Amino acid sequence: MAETGRLTHAAPAAPALSPVTLLRIAIIVTVLVGWELLSRSGWLYRDVVPSWIAIGHALFDLLTSGEYYFNLAVTAGEIGAALAIGGLSGMAIGILLGANRFLSKAFEHFLYYLGPTPKIIFFPIMIMWFGVGPGSKIALGTLSCFFPVALSAAAGMRQIDKVIIKVGKSFRASTMQMVWKIYLPAMRHPIINGVRLGLGVALIGTLLAETKLSNKGIGFLIIQAYSIFDMPRMYAMLIVLFVLAIGANALVGRLGGLHTIRR
Amino acid sequence: MSAPARHTALRAYLPPAFGLAVLVGFFVAVEIMIQGGILNRFIVPPPSEIIGSFGRVIVEEHIFSRFMLTLGECLSAGVMLTVFGVAGGVLMHRFKLLQQACETWVAAMASAPIVLMYPLFMVIFGRSSLTIVMIGFIAALPPVILKTIEGLSGTRKVLINVGKSFNLTRSQQFWKILFPAALPTIFVGIRLGLIFALINIVGVEFLINYGGLGQLINDLAERYDLAGTYAAICFVILVSVLFFMTLEKVERWLRPAD
Repeated sequence: MAETGRLTHAAPAAPALSPVTLLRIAIIVTVLVGWELLSRSGWLYRDVVPSWIAIGHALFDLLTSGEYYFNLAVTAGEIGAALAIGGLSGMAIGILLGANRFLSKAFEHFLYYLGPTPKIIFFPIMIMWFGVGPGSKIALGTLSCFFPVALSAAAGMRQIDKVIIKVGKSFRASTMQMVWKIYLPAMRHPIINGVRLGLGVALIGTLLAETKLSNKGIGFLIIQAYSIFDMPRMYAMLIVLFVLAIGANALVGRLGGLHTIRR
Repeated sequence: MSAPARHTALRAYLPPAFGLAVLVGFFVAVEIMIQGGILNRFIVPPPSEIIGSFGRVIVEEHIFSRFMLTLGECLSAGVMLTVFGVAGGVLMHRFKLLQQACETWVAAMASAPIVLMYPLFMVIFGRSSLTIVMIGFIAALPPVILKTIEGLSGTRKVLINVGKSFNLTRSQQFWKILFPAALPTIFVGIRLGLIFALINIVGVEFLINYGGLGQLINDLAERYDLAGTYAAICFVILVSVLFFMTLEKVERWLRPAD
């Protein structure tokens, strides 16, 4: 019997690491090695580019110190409060503007243009109004996160399917029932997106305010490391902060199911 | 003007006029409350005093040269953004493996609080305009890269096929087909980048007390010139809003009619 075109060799096994992963590893290794060589070369001022060993030590010291977690809790509390106040007020104003065309045309352009202005410049006013303690940091974080949440909520409100609103009205739902059972579930994705943006800017606003004037919080620790020129500690703090910020941003997006939105 | 046309015009202008009236009403109410002693004038200066101090701040604080300094920093960051951001995006689009490996990192960088690295930049570049420009540049780079990739990847297949049917070289395909088609999206990225750059530049000027408009606010606040501080903040907001409006107009001009 003639031999049919059967496979005589086993299919080649898939490589353990994909080319993308290999390239990522190569980039990371190149950066780490390049950094270490630059650190030992003496071309730059000592400590501007500290060795990875020094940064690793500083990272270990940071993550095992109670003082760091106390300051992290202070900053997290301020950001949480800012997000709660700014997020809720932004959502309320956004729903109001999204539901009413007249109010939207009257006020939304103020929000649209004020939204991307630099908020940190309001810090002197916040100090006057709320003092030098956590109040002024929370206020600045609130101001920062109010705008993206309000604009997202207003846009989300306008894109709700009219049929769903009519269904709610035909059931004679009260205003609160409409908000809880129709509007908020239908605009979940834009609101989560707004909260994600709001969280990012609240974090920046609060931490920048802490670097300007405070005696506790992560921003204070960063500026303290700068003033005593403890560069490994500053790098360690920035690394932890970036990991936390990017992680929190991804977590909010994932919790809200943003990755499931069809594009 | 016919009656329906007048009615339509009224309907168009009434909401913005109402918004403006509410804003003016709010400032009048604040003025009355301050004059009546309900609000402390040492915390909130009367709006009339703020308006009155505009002239003083403009003349005595050399606001024009400060404005030019901030604008110069912003434009320097903008040029660097355009060159490096667009080049980075083109490179990542050209080498798909690089795009697959790094696009997520660039997106993550967009959500990272890069401006908080300003103490680090001060150590590297000193308390100078270079620190301010570099922060503006680095913080605003991700949107330009991401939008460049989006624009190039979103080029319509039919346009690419037209290029292929003319046997265009890779370079001709890029300059005559891909780049012009991606230009409107690339400009969206540059616009976002410039907005981020302005926010960060004014913010860092305020924080490190150096440079143009941001430093002015810090200076006036430290002198406890309350009316002047409020006036300077209003001026910076006005400049920012005009900056965004101009960018929007340029973007609309660049975008082909749908």
